[in-house]
Amino acid sequence: MYKNFFRYLISAIFLLGFSVNSNADFKVGFVYVGPTGDHGWTFQHHEGRNAVEAAGIKTTFVESVPEGADAERVIRQLAQSGHDLIFTTSFGYMDPTNKVAKDFPNVKFEHATGYKREHSNVSTYSARFYEGRTLLGHIAGKMTKTNTIGYIASFPIPEVIRGINAMTLAAQKVNPNIKTKIVWVFTWYDPGKEAEAAQALIDQGADVIMQHTDSTAPVQTAEKAGVWSFGQASDMQRFAPKSILTSIIDDWAPYYVERAIAARDGKWNQQDTWHGLKEGMVAMGPYNSAMGADLVKEVEQLQKDLASGKVHSFTGPIYDQKGNILVAEGKVADDGMLAGMSVYVKGVEGDIPK
Amino acid sequence: MIKIEKRNDVPMALYFFTPFIAIILTILGGGIIFYILGFNPIEALKFYFITPISNLYGLSELLLKATPLCLIAIGLSFCFKSNNWNIGAEGQLTFGAIVGGGVALLFYNQEGFYILPLVILAGAIGGMIFALIPAILKTYFNTNEILVSLMLVYVSKLLLDYLVVGPWSNPEGFNFPETRQFSDSSRMPLLFEGLRIHAGIFLALAAVMLSWFILYKTYLGFQIKVSGLSLKTAKYAGFKGKTMILVVFMISGACAGLAGVGEITGPIGQLHRMVSPDYGFTAIIVAFLGRLNPFGIIFASLVVALTYLGAETAQIFLQIPKYTGQVFQGMILFFLLASDYLLFFKVKILNLKKNELRN
Repeated sequence: MYKNFFRYLISAIFLLGFSVNSNADFKVGFVYVGPTGDHGWTFQHHEGRNAVEAAGIKTTFVESVPEGADAERVIRQLAQSGHDLIFTTSFGYMDPTNKVAKDFPNVKFEHATGYKREHSNVSTYSARFYEGRTLLGHIAGKMTKTNTIGYIASFPIPEVIRGINAMTLAAQKVNPNIKTKIVWVFTWYDPGKEAEAAQALIDQGADVIMQHTDSTAPVQTAEKAGVWSFGQASDMQRFAPKSILTSIIDDWAPYYVERAIAARDGKWNQQDTWHGLKEGMVAMGPYNSAMGADLVKEVEQLQKDLASGKVHSFTGPIYDQKGNILVAEGKVADDGMLAGMSVYVKGVEGDIPK
Repeated sequence: MIKIEKRNDVPMALYFFTPFIAIILTILGGGIIFYILGFNPIEALKFYFITPISNLYGLSELLLKATPLCLIAIGLSFCFKSNNWNIGAEGQLTFGAIVGGGVALLFYNQEGFYILPLVILAGAIGGMIFALIPAILKTYFNTNEILVSLMLVYVSKLLLDYLVVGPWSNPEGFNFPETRQFSDSSRMPLLFEGLRIHAGIFLALAAVMLSWFILYKTYLGFQIKVSGLSLKTAKYAGFKGKTMILVVFMISGACAGLAGVGEITGPIGQLHRMVSPDYGFTAIIVAFLGRLNPFGIIFASLVVALTYLGAETAQIFLQIPKYTGQVFQGMILFFLLASDYLLFFKVKILNLKKNELRN
């Protein structure tokens, strides 16, 4: 008798515990790879989180989570402690995210920049950063005096190679003599290494410096050396006001707010999102007046055309370094080709590290 | 005026008690920091030290985190006890993971009971070889082992970077810096369904037992302890100093290599750039907090592992910055060194009169 009573009581408590999980308790968790104050990648994700919070949804974040064995525990803890939607904002969280998603079918997961969606509650999302690179290439091609563009690259993954190629193609269009020199630093964030790489490129004659890394060290090095540069991930203008021509800004806020509201209202579906200038996930910082009014106008028009789809970053004819045709004249590269891009286009110097 | 005198009669019991004082002071210091940051200190400390281990999953994670710390610290205790300052356990761990991981990748599409032992053995040998470099340079060329072992950390990390980006990267992985997943035969068996704690913990426990036996029951252990107390005495007694240096570095490297292999065959399951979040350096704190005593090290590794978990929990529930975890580890070491200083030295405040000063 008593035994049964307790059994009912316990199950009632459990049921109660699960059923109060209504809209008011809806919570979103974020896992960051860096500190919120990196002024680059993580900073922008954190801005996105702030926007979700401003939309009236409770959020939690954990910063500087190493991409090794610890990631799975942090993601699992967020899932266990009542978070309904979890954004994991670095590539290295791909397998841990999918592992935890398997055990928490009622929690939604969003993994940035990955390609695995092993369970129906995992979505992936990334931005078409290469559209911003096209604008950078156009500006760099016009601004360089030495016809040499220096590029600080992180890892030879398709996303980074895509950026190098998009930039080089756009620069060649306005200046056929362009050469792109690349230094691979094999890190996303290491101010010391990034500064050294910037200096090495400047010493080799580059008078425009571009980075696919997250610290502000390259733009600061460029400012000191008196060469041009571009901000990465967030608006870095205040770190090098003279040198920065513009910045590529990752604006995750609209996407995060949209997905959080969808999940709260039960309208969340699995998807693979790849947004660009059109949707605003890629945005540009203010253009430096040193570019001149004409160039600013040109670039703003190109930005509009890229957003509307009138111009595509990868429009044929595109050749690889050996002169083989990659994309035929009049054609544009499809998303499948972009997603797996692993060769340089003509005009890029050196080999992809293997 | 302050005068510092060495104490000659330090009671053994007090020597083993001061780590607890250091931990209590750290908790108090942490409470003060939380208070200054604007959190309720009692609540924050509860989320820090109790919530993370209040369920089975948390306990499993604590043991998982403590396993590599304990293994490395056990190895380091051999070096530190004999006055050999091996600061490069992180490098030995990484190299062990590289060698062990290489063997696991060789068998990536095969199954068999013999694979895991091979992988573990390869990892231990890898760590051992890597630790031999500073040891040989020290014994035969008189180099400083602190510098050499520390610099080799960067060598091994760069080598790992090179391998996972280049020749060992997953052919189906879009050039992302990681290898294939190891086959199930290269993975540590899990102890419980649904928890991540794996058989590697038995390696750590075996290391504890073995090290206790070597240090306290063998001639080698006696040599190590005497060399630590006085190198001159050791020489006078006719101990072979060079061999001993090589041996302690080998033990230390093998332990670090095992820790590395435990991580990649346990929770990670492949090689990538983040094999260890600096376990090799944190283990130095663990070794000293554990008084270089095998059983003390078990306790210390659990305490330090808890500071990692606590930092995560405190950020999830209270949004306390995660770097407080490192502040806690720093405080533990600081209070331990401070209480050691007061234990071994007497600080006298002398009240001198003017005429005494004149003399």
